[in-house]
Amino acid sequence: MDVVTLSRLQFALTIMFHYLFPPLTIGMGVVLVYLEGNFLRTGDPVYETAARFWTKIFALNFAIGVATGIVMEFQFGTNWSAYSRFVGDVFGSALAAEGIFAFFLESGFLAVLVFGWDRVGPRTHFFATIMVALGSIFSSVWIVVANSWQQTPTGHHVVQMVRDGQPWVVGGEPVTRAEIVDFWALVFNPSSVHRLLHVLIGCFILGAFFIMSISAWYLLKQRHVEFARRSFAGALLVATLASLAAVASGHFQAKNVYREQPAKLAAFEGHFRTGPADLNLFGIPDAEAERVAFSLSIPGGLSFLIHESFDEPLIGLDRFRDEDRPPVLVPFVSYHAMVGLGFFFVALTLVASVLHWRGRLFESRWLLWIFVFAVTGAVAANQLGWVAAEVGRQPWIVQPPMVRDADGALVLNSEGHVQYATATVTLEDGTTGERVAGLRTSEGVSEVVTSGQVLGSMVMFGLLYGLLLLLWLYVLNAKIQAGPHGGEHAHAARGTKDLPGAMGSRVSHTESLTGGRE
Amino acid sequence: MELALIWFVLLAALLAGYAILDGFDLGVGILHPLARTDGERRIFVNAIGPLWDGNEVWLVTFGGALFAMFPEAYATLLSALYVPFMMLLCALILRAVSLEFRGKSTSPTWRRLWDLGFFGSSLLATFMFGVAVGGGLVGIPLDERGLFTGRFSDLLSPYAILVGLLAVALFAMHGAIFLYLKTEGAVQERLGRWMWHSWGSFLVLYMLTTMYTLVAIPRATANFEHFRWAAIVVVVNVLAIANIPRALFARRYAQAFISSSLTIVAMVCLLALALFPNVVTASNDSAHSLTIYNASSSRTTLVIGLIIAGTGLPFVLAYTGIVYWTFRGKVKLGETSY
Repeated sequence: MDVVTLSRLQFALTIMFHYLFPPLTIGMGVVLVYLEGNFLRTGDPVYETAARFWTKIFALNFAIGVATGIVMEFQFGTNWSAYSRFVGDVFGSALAAEGIFAFFLESGFLAVLVFGWDRVGPRTHFFATIMVALGSIFSSVWIVVANSWQQTPTGHHVVQMVRDGQPWVVGGEPVTRAEIVDFWALVFNPSSVHRLLHVLIGCFILGAFFIMSISAWYLLKQRHVEFARRSFAGALLVATLASLAAVASGHFQAKNVYREQPAKLAAFEGHFRTGPADLNLFGIPDAEAERVAFSLSIPGGLSFLIHESFDEPLIGLDRFRDEDRPPVLVPFVSYHAMVGLGFFFVALTLVASVLHWRGRLFESRWLLWIFVFAVTGAVAANQLGWVAAEVGRQPWIVQPPMVRDADGALVLNSEGHVQYATATVTLEDGTTGERVAGLRTSEGVSEVVTSGQVLGSMVMFGLLYGLLLLLWLYVLNAKIQAGPHGGEHAHAARGTKDLPGAMGSRVSHTESLTGGRE
Repeated sequence: MELALIWFVLLAALLAGYAILDGFDLGVGILHPLARTDGERRIFVNAIGPLWDGNEVWLVTFGGALFAMFPEAYATLLSALYVPFMMLLCALILRAVSLEFRGKSTSPTWRRLWDLGFFGSSLLATFMFGVAVGGGLVGIPLDERGLFTGRFSDLLSPYAILVGLLAVALFAMHGAIFLYLKTEGAVQERLGRWMWHSWGSFLVLYMLTTMYTLVAIPRATANFEHFRWAAIVVVVNVLAIANIPRALFARRYAQAFISSSLTIVAMVCLLALALFPNVVTASNDSAHSLTIYNASSSRTTLVIGLIIAGTGLPFVLAYTGIVYWTFRGKVKLGETSY
């Protein structure tokens, strides 16, 4: 395989593995704030027990998130150095802002959150919890801003670099890069707010389903029942609201994708020919034959969702030159699977909420069993959303702006294709030329790195991450088995009234390898 | 001052901050096999337990700032040093994971495995940092576009290896003094001896490296002729190194720690002075070197970066202060410890 394919695979492997953890910490961070806030407000020790238990799991997830995140910071340079040269002026600022505004905040107060229970007062600890939750959200802000800029770049211009006072040309090719013109236009580019909201909602869904999964399991096993009920009920509220919000945010985002990246939406929906667009509920797209096989579709449904009219034509992939089209199969399948999961979450959380309202939720064992496993769906939905977003924007690593007329409509060239903006450059002989104002993924890869090197590092990451995943599951399981009273810090010893919990801790001590001795 | 120069100085400051803070973390890892019982090993680990994660953020921010302010240098260095960087990343992941997982089971085999991981990854990471610095001083072959034209084996020069060893000795010394401040009793007595051993090894390697540099790398000292004031850095460096045994004799251990931190700052300044105005020196043709002028971002970005740094830095210092204050004093093992 070539360096481009291998580097893309390595990036996909490292980012997808990394992204198992940040949504969990973002989602759980909010829950920790809720639990500790309630403890301070009511003084009820069950809240404190819950906060301490989830903090331990939070810390485990956070540590692996940090360990795998450091790779991402440097991989742009190691594997995508041509891309780094092109975007550094713009993209680097967002990354540096993430480091200064988010990572220091998170990591500093994480120490107080995890190790500071007995060193600081409860109010200071609560403050630290809020700061960690904020830090993880700030981090997502900057990284989504950076990513969104590549999808819908604004606030920059593409210019030729200057060397020794002359326009720089190497080997006959002008050297161009993107430079910031307007920082706030870059931050609030057309897709960043839509995407950030959707990402955060996805994080809340995952965090809530994670907590519901463990709580449901305790309820089914009749362990730590009071603790599990409160955790489940709180998380269910978050999950229900977030699932509904995801559908709404997804709808507005899809409209925005159509406006800013029509090729991507066409790939998501398998919309090959410009005209009224059907909404495919199911199907297998065939890019060769330009049709969707086995499709079950609502005629004109996509047109209705985008323009509120069933016969409004939508731009299809035929408006793009072959070399400017994204692949269709992967975006189509991942997008549809994500949307399907999203509606499944809505149905599941609504059913659970109704049962909870009627006071029958915790007796509905079948439903609790579904919740034990539904967290895998939440993980999958978060990952699939990113797969759709990143594969759907190919072949561009930085999409060039599309040429529009005064009314904002896309301008087509004589062959009926969408045109991309260009930058004027000076060639070696002093004449001027035009270069597309974006960067293809195939042009972003490091020129000096060999496929053998990438293969080697990919095998290394594969082994290391495989081991990490097993260890994570093992330790997570041990912590769950040990339960909220698994620490030496049994509340019974402090004279609290949480008797069932204290009994639970006796039981779980004998079952656990780790509890209390870590 | 010119913007690019300000950013060069700020990057040096970030690097110095990282080397001081994560330097003692890495040193603790290197010294970890010297702990004799599991209790001692836990004390070592918990001395840096709440701190190492925040300390590593200095490296991440250094990386982000290099990417943002000198993208050409970031791209050239990381792609040229692909294999060493992958090894470094591997070591940093393994170190974080070892710290996190070692306490999760009481099985002796489990703990021994993670102890080995913690030691090995700390040693490898420190050595790789040193090799990168040594390689940077020698320079790497670059073409007209600033692309690396050498091979992996070119990077492992004897000089780079020597600087790698120097980094190991420096961080071991720094870590030993840090641990001495954080421990009590028998283990502290043994650390007292190790402060001396590591200082001695550092001194020998420091003198060897200085001589090697003076003889073999003329470029590294060229700037000292332009900037007479740079001699101050050398004087400070020598005084700081000499003050370490003085402070140890006088049982002023905090002063010894400040002196070893100052040694690190002076050595980062020497590195910056040796490189300036280059960020990446081309060993084959000085016209291909990436300087702070031709490798920097646009003026707008350099200014935006300064605003971001100026807004964020007071907060960063405040968080760091709060965390170090909260976890001051001797290590006490408790329920939430590793």
